[in-house]
Amino acid sequence: MINDKNSQKIVDIIQNWARKHSIWVLGYGTGCGSIEIPPTMTSRYDAERLGVRGAATPRQADVLLITGYLTTKTLKRVIRVYEQMQDPKYVIGFGSCTINGGMYYDSYNTIKVLDKYLPVDVYINGCMPRPEAVLSGFGQLQKRIAEGRADGAKQYKENLEWYRANQKKIIPNWVMPEYNW
Amino acid sequence: MEEVLYNVLGAIATFLVAFVVGMTYGGLNRKITARVQNRKGPPFYQNFIDTLKLASKKSAIHHGVMQHFGPAFLMVTSVMSLLIVPVLTHNQWFPNLNFHGDLIFLLYIMVFGPLGMALGAGQTGNPNSAIGITRGLSQMVGYEIPWVLALVALMIQYHTTSIVGLMAVQAQSGTWLMFSSPFAFIAAVMAMLGMFSYSPFDVVIAPAEIASGPASENGGKYLFTMMSSGSVFAFVKLTLYVDLFMGGADNIVILLVKTFALYMIPVLYSLTTVRYRTEQSIRWFWGWPSFFGLLAILQAVIF
Repeated sequence: MINDKNSQKIVDIIQNWARKHSIWVLGYGTGCGSIEIPPTMTSRYDAERLGVRGAATPRQADVLLITGYLTTKTLKRVIRVYEQMQDPKYVIGFGSCTINGGMYYDSYNTIKVLDKYLPVDVYINGCMPRPEAVLSGFGQLQKRIAEGRADGAKQYKENLEWYRANQKKIIPNWVMPEYNW
Repeated sequence: MEEVLYNVLGAIATFLVAFVVGMTYGGLNRKITARVQNRKGPPFYQNFIDTLKLASKKSAIHHGVMQHFGPAFLMVTSVMSLLIVPVLTHNQWFPNLNFHGDLIFLLYIMVFGPLGMALGAGQTGNPNSAIGITRGLSQMVGYEIPWVLALVALMIQYHTTSIVGLMAVQAQSGTWLMFSSPFAFIAAVMAMLGMFSYSPFDVVIAPAEIASGPASENGGKYLFTMMSSGSVFAFVKLTLYVDLFMGGADNIVILLVKTFALYMIPVLYSLTTVRYRTEQSIRWFWGWPSFFGLLAILQAVIF
């Protein structure tokens, strides 16, 4: 009775409800987009009322927030951070730079499409996206979590070879520890 | 046999009450902080959602056997001290396994959790954990001085080393110990600011500085255990202060009123100040709090 499908469905609903209302964000703030995070968190827009809270380390975080462009140098660190996070984990691509390169579309040392290297669950468009847009992005993520469609981490595991091949094209000296996440 | 059954069921009931009350107080702390900062803030049950989410994480990585000990020792400490501290007087559903000298035992057992956490954090190999543990043990040296001075003053003054004995003294004389030995109360409350390690004494956690310190490699179920044991321990500390200085509580409503009034001291003080450095924090505890502790000893010896 405990292991049948219906009771598992009920457990999933409860767990997804908890995941939806408690989003701990690890902001990877190297790009200019991170300037929009303080107003989102502080008194004017107050993301904490939705359960969105900052996390100190990747082990505790649920969401990796990539704010803006990623250089080829920082990509390696982002991959390490993402692989240290615990399941279930989500990635939000923040700003135009993560979608198609944005204003850095012809730069020689930034990556253009984030989705080739990490599984992005939600994109927030704009340059810069205002705090309203950021909150709407978190709302989209909450909706996807509640429906059980935010399964980027699962896709990453299934298509690991494809992701690794793309990552190794950018990072020539691949000296990374093996993770048993 | 019936007594044993009552004790076991009562211990479970006490744990559940402590968990729910501690978690709710933590949520109210976040809410009050938000209102002071002119925000709407999370709902008061946000901490329950957070713990549920942490418990339902699918993976929780560990770096070796010793890492289990940190959260486990914290939980053991919380439960042990919860069972020694009398929650309600004259209530069979809240058994207290007290004995002569349990106040001294409690002094020892309260530092047991952080020491276990030091073992666990050492295994993770994260430098932030090591720094956090060093800071935590240093700060403990700071606030243990006024705390022990206050308790020793009480022991000398009333010739008893048991919590129930001190509660009986208050019941007989009709005055709370916070009025009959005020210096001990002041020293103990100042030490409580350090025990809760809210701002300005949050040198251990310091999320923006050393990435939450000892907890930095603990995610998922480990963090769940740490959060819930922290909530239970907060309830234990507040109940202990109510028992020692405010005459205990006869029913749950009085207990909640008294503990919440006490809990507001570290919460509201934390809102007015920013983080100290470790040495500033220790210097603070060895200043006025220790002075009041010494005054309490003088009062106990002379009067």
